[in-house]
Amino acid sequence: MSDTKNFMFLNRRAPYGTIYAWESLEVVLIAAAFEQNVSLMFADDGVFELTKGQDTAEIGMKNFSPTYRTLGDYEVRHMYVDKASLEARGLTADDLVQVEWEDWETEESVDNIVEVVDSERVAELLAESDVVFSF
Amino acid sequence: MKFSIQVNEGPYQHQASDSAYQFTKAALEKGHECFRVFFYHDGVLNGTRLTTPPQDDRNIVNNWVELAEKHDLDLVVCVAAAQRRGIVDEGEAERNGKDATNIAPRFRISGLGQLVEAAIQSDRLVVFGD
Repeated sequence: MSDTKNFMFLNRRAPYGTIYAWESLEVVLIAAAFEQNVSLMFADDGVFELTKGQDTAEIGMKNFSPTYRTLGDYEVRHMYVDKASLEARGLTADDLVQVEWEDWETEESVDNIVEVVDSERVAELLAESDVVFSF
Repeated sequence: MKFSIQVNEGPYQHQASDSAYQFTKAALEKGHECFRVFFYHDGVLNGTRLTTPPQDDRNIVNNWVELAEKHDLDLVVCVAAAQRRGIVDEGEAERNGKDATNIAPRFRISGLGQLVEAAIQSDRLVVFGD
């Protein structure tokens, strides 16, 4: 069995209110450290995890949203956002953070790995993954 | 088939740990293998030996312990999630200056690497939770 798999992290919850989003991010970082092919999918209220300008000062919670913007440095190559979930919440791609990615060896780079995809593509991507973590 | 199981919810509040237990038990009885059961989020609360449900209710913690004894299951509780929620073994008590431990027998506290390794080594990772 190969030791490298396609890991998909399916994030379906708002960033605050429960701890799922934060504890999901911790697993993402560990999986990347294990040199797996790591992708993230944001659907349902999970799309709020990527919104710009989060400010948690008045709820006394740690604002962990800057971590998403560093995921490209952890060799996370793909971050997908479900279009229907985004639109249902009155959001567009402009409301989301951008995440840069660069391959240090080849110097290949992508300005923004956050990609809005339709439901059909969401289903394909989940089916193509070896392991789906659901948070 | 080689399974690993992830339990994301605490016992009694949520069906997930019961379902995970029933699934794991059924899979083992059918001759499948279970590489590891990993408890995360409030799922770590499945690993406290102080759980004392009313006598006419099922004892979820004991169910896991008995299943682990019968099939030599590896029951792993995430260390960071456990620390947040007060699940402590001897090592953690000593490290953090706590005066008691509450980890159930057959459970062990370890890191998220154990979850990632389970996903790599198993044919299927089955996640129980909302």
